[in-house]
Amino acid sequence: MSGQAPRDPLAGLYQELILEHAKRRSGEGVLEPADAERFLRNPTCGDEIRLRVRLDGETVDAVGWEGQGCSISQASASVLAEDVPGLTAAGARSRIEALRELLRSRGSVEPDEALLGDAVAFAGVARFPMRVKCAMLAWVALEEALDELDAR
Amino acid sequence: MTTTSAEATLSEERIELLRADFPILAEQPGGVPLVYLDSGATSQQPRQVLEAEWVFRTQRNAAVHRGAHTLAALATDDYELARERIARFVGAKPTEISWAMNATDALNTVALSLAEANRAGATDPALRIREGDEILVTEAEHHANLLPWQRLADETGATLRWIEVDDDGVWTLEDALAAITERTRLVAIAHVSNVTGLIAPVEAIARAAHAVDALVVLDACQSVPHRPVDLPALGVDAAAFSSHKMLGPGGVGVLYLTAQLGAALPPARVGGSMITTVTMTERDYLPAPQRFEAGTQPVGAIVGLAAAVDYLEAVGMRAIERHEVALGERLAAGAAAIDGVRLVGPRPGSERAGLASVIVDGVHAHDVGQVLDAAGIAARVGHHCAQPLHRRLGVAATTRASTYLTTTEAEVDRFLDVLSTVRSYFGVGR
Repeated sequence: MSGQAPRDPLAGLYQELILEHAKRRSGEGVLEPADAERFLRNPTCGDEIRLRVRLDGETVDAVGWEGQGCSISQASASVLAEDVPGLTAAGARSRIEALRELLRSRGSVEPDEALLGDAVAFAGVARFPMRVKCAMLAWVALEEALDELDAR
Repeated sequence: MTTTSAEATLSEERIELLRADFPILAEQPGGVPLVYLDSGATSQQPRQVLEAEWVFRTQRNAAVHRGAHTLAALATDDYELARERIARFVGAKPTEISWAMNATDALNTVALSLAEANRAGATDPALRIREGDEILVTEAEHHANLLPWQRLADETGATLRWIEVDDDGVWTLEDALAAITERTRLVAIAHVSNVTGLIAPVEAIARAAHAVDALVVLDACQSVPHRPVDLPALGVDAAAFSSHKMLGPGGVGVLYLTAQLGAALPPARVGGSMITTVTMTERDYLPAPQRFEAGTQPVGAIVGLAAAVDYLEAVGMRAIERHEVALGERLAAGAAAIDGVRLVGPRPGSERAGLASVIVDGVHAHDVGQVLDAAGIAARVGHHCAQPLHRRLGVAATTRASTYLTTTEAEVDRFLDVLSTVRSYFGVGR
C-alpha cells in the first residue's frame, strides 16, 4: 500500500495465504452426504459457520461449509476444508489442538508446521487476541462434529 | 472559562487545551498516536473527574443516608449535591433522578416496575398494560431499549409493534405518528440512534403518545452527553442515560422519572435504603427517588459523574453540539464520497448527530476495524447491540466512528483516509 508506514503492522495477521483463501473459499457449499453437522456463531461479531464432515472409516473424507464473516474466519474454514481431508479423525484433532495452543499463546509458542499444515499461516493471529475466535470458529465446529460422531 | 466561549463552537486551540485534560489521549496503545473515535461506546475521563473521585474516596467516603458521624454527613452531602447537579443538567427536579447501574439497568427498572404494577393488577390506569394493548419501539433500537419492552409485552400479553426503518436505517415522524394508535400504551425510542445518528422528533412523538394516554420512555444515552437536553421540555415520562458515555466513571446510570410516574410506579427491587417502616410481614416504601435505589449506590462514581457534568457545562453543551454536528457531517459526507463505502443513516446534508456508521462493500467490518486499528484509530465494529437494524440493512456488522468534544477535524480526516484504503488492502473492487 502506498502512503502507509514503512512497516505494515497487519502483515503478520493478513498473510498472503489468508487473503487468498478468503477469496478462494475452498470447500464452500453443502456437503452431501455427510456424517455430522455443526452450526456455530460468534456472538460478538456475528460470524457464523455451518460445517459438515464425512468420514471414510477413521479418515476424514470431506468437509463442506457455508458461512459469513471476516476474512480470518472465512480463510480459516477454507484452509481447513483443503487440508483436513486425508487426515485421520485423531490427526484432525491433533491439528485443532495445536492450532488452539498456538493462537492462545500470544506469540510465545513456535508454530509446528508439520503438525499445522497451511494453518501455520494463522500464527500471526496469536498477537491479535480479539481475532483468535475468528480463526478458531471453523476448527471448533469440526471438533464438535467429531465429538458428536464419537458420542454415537 | 467565560460564557462567551460557551456560546461559540470549539476552536482548534480550545480543543487542544481540552485534550490536555484527558491523560489517555496521549497514550499510544498500538505504538502509534491514538485516534479515539469510540466515545459512543464509552467516553474517556478528564483529570477533573478522576480527581473528584480521588478526593471523595480519600477524604469523604462513608455510607450515605445512615449513621450520624461527620464523615457520613459529608458523603451524604456530596451524594445529594451530585443528584441536584445531574437534575439541573437535564432540566429536572432532584426527586426525579434515580441512580441505576447503567442505562440498560435504568430502562429495565422501568419495564420491571411496570411488570410488577401489572402483576399486582395496576389500579392506576396510567400503568395498565394488558392483552390487546400495544408497546411501540423502532426497528433501530439498541437492545437495551428493545429487550425490556419485548419481555414486558410477553409478560402482559400486549403486542410489541415497531416503526420500520428504510434502506438507510432511517424512520420519520410521519412513520411514528402513523404507528401510534388508541391501543398504544407505551412508546420507547432512542433520542439519538447509536448506529445511524438519526435524531428523533421526541416532542412531537410525546405529544401524540400523550394524546392516547401512552407513556413515553426515552433512551437518551447518545443525546444527553452530546447536546443540551431538557427532559421535561421534551415531554417524556422516563429517560435513561449512562455516566460512562458522558466523561464520567462506569457503573452509574441515571433514571429520570417524572414526579407523577415516580409516585405511581412500584419498585422493581426491594431491600435496604428504600423503606420507611418494615415489619416481619409488611413494608412501606420511601417515595421516589430512593424507592428505586435499593441497596448501596456507587457513591464515588456518582461524585465523579457530577464532576463530569461540571466539566461539560464549563465547556458549554451548545458548543459541544455544534462541534460534533459539524464533525458528523464531515464524517457522513466524507464516507459517502468513498467508492465502495455505503453510509448508513441520514444522507449527507441531513440532520445527524456526531457519529457515522459505514458498510465497506466486500470487506467484513472486523477486517475494516483491524486496518483502522493498525493506524491507531479506535472505531467500533459489530452490530452495536442493534441486530434487528443490521438485519434490515442486510449486514451482520458495520463500522462506526463516533466523536466527542475532544475530537478534531484531523482525526475525522485520518479515519476517512484510512477507510478509503481498506478495499484495496483486501484486493476488493479492482
